[in-house]
Amino acid sequence: MWTRSALAYRMSFALMTFGSAATAFLDFVAIMIMFTHVDALGGFSVAEVALLYGAASTSLGLADLALGTMDRLGTRIRDGTLDVLLVRPVPVFAQVAADRFALRRIGRVVQGLLVLGWAVAALDLDWTAGRVALLVTMVLSGAFLFGAVFALGGAFQFVAGDAAEVQNSFTYGGSTLLQYPPTIFAKELVRGATFVVPLAFVNWIPALRLLGRDDPLGLPGWVDFLSPVVAAAMCGLAALLWRLGLRSYRSTGS
Amino acid sequence: MRLSGLYPAVAASGFRRYATYRVATAAGVFTNTVFGFILAYTYIALWSERPHLGGYDQAEALTFVWTGQALYATVAIAGGGFQEELQERIRNGDVAVDLYRPADLQLWWLASDLGRAGFQLLGRGVVPLAVGALAFDLALPSDPLVWALFLLAVLLGLVVAFAIRYLVALAAFWLLDGTGLSMLSALIGLFFSGSLLPLTVFPGAFGDIVQWLPWSATVQVPADTLIGRHEGAAVVGVLAFQAAWAAALLLAGRSVQAAATRKVVVQGG
Repeated sequence: MWTRSALAYRMSFALMTFGSAATAFLDFVAIMIMFTHVDALGGFSVAEVALLYGAASTSLGLADLALGTMDRLGTRIRDGTLDVLLVRPVPVFAQVAADRFALRRIGRVVQGLLVLGWAVAALDLDWTAGRVALLVTMVLSGAFLFGAVFALGGAFQFVAGDAAEVQNSFTYGGSTLLQYPPTIFAKELVRGATFVVPLAFVNWIPALRLLGRDDPLGLPGWVDFLSPVVAAAMCGLAALLWRLGLRSYRSTGS
Repeated sequence: MRLSGLYPAVAASGFRRYATYRVATAAGVFTNTVFGFILAYTYIALWSERPHLGGYDQAEALTFVWTGQALYATVAIAGGGFQEELQERIRNGDVAVDLYRPADLQLWWLASDLGRAGFQLLGRGVVPLAVGALAFDLALPSDPLVWALFLLAVLLGLVVAFAIRYLVALAAFWLLDGTGLSMLSALIGLFFSGSLLPLTVFPGAFGDIVQWLPWSATVQVPADTLIGRHEGAAVVGVLAFQAAWAAALLLAGRSVQAAATRKVVVQGG
């Protein structure tokens, strides 16, 4: 339904899809401008940064496409329209995800894949079956990890109300963080992104294995393949907290 | 109410309206601080490879980052504020009622947006800049005159940012659904204001051109003023640059508004 309604305004839809790809693209342009002044950032070449960028952007794009409208939940709680969703015989989570589903967000996925494709072509890596599998698992696990963060943000809004921006700092902010090599950040920040909010498993940890580099925290080698496990655990946690949040929901008004 | 007291009252209500959303403000402060840290580390990596890149030393570059985050919500360069509301009123026809009111449409929205910006500067600007100053070595000025000039540059930047977004919002008269254009305008604003990377770092002739575009007046000029990059008569020059864009864009907004008003009458039949 939301797709049909978006397509009703053709000009606007075209502009928005283009805009969504271009928005994401301009921050890559900013990175490219940085590389007109330096050969390496934190010891990483432009192709290596492009791999990090493409993987993070594609994962976020996929999660955003599915669950990006989670931030409207706070508004629905405030104005009481969440009650409408509760009486329908469809899970509330699915309804919130489909609420104003925006096909234009496909733009970010396309842009991420383009940068990723360029990085794969530009990097001089031996593409064995194992490496390809690691790359695909990395992007998909990353999408589920970001998806879990979107859902956790939704659950948090049951408690905090109008705090959609906190979620943005972990999703869009997280993706901005992951677009740069971990070597440029303070150790505490990298530790936080590994053990507290495990965003490092979106791309940093598996990508370092792909590029044949040591991770700055000196974790054992088998950790590099843990992304799907961490993603599954995060999704489980998100499901649990979402249910708790929904159960605690008391409608507005008297 | 006398008309002269009307616009200050509108501005005050704009201020109060945003002051109501305390949790949203706290969430915004958190977001700007997180982004500030991420950008600050990338700038440190960049400036340690190339000291004095774009004419800044590392402390000045970091001051640029945190000033940019402090101004992010204030100039609302990536959208937010009045724009969506005006577009919605244009789309559903409520704007016809607004046009009958004995107040000027453009001044009304400018007043309400300045009120909003005033709150955002205090609510979302001060804390990120203070956190940045605690966590990093910043080049903040001690001379109160520089701070006063900075605030003047912010005010002029706000008017430029408002005038750009007003033009974008008015496009809804022709496009009906203005969301797509708003998004494009937000992305252009973010890139060309210097929020992502100082405009002086942009390469070659492209770098020279971007500094003359109106978006440069919104973040680049205020941040440079705070860092003290423009001294003496040069300050007057950049303030005049901002004022000229503000005047030109407000006038453009007026003529588009006049054309749009004629169109409303036709639609109303």
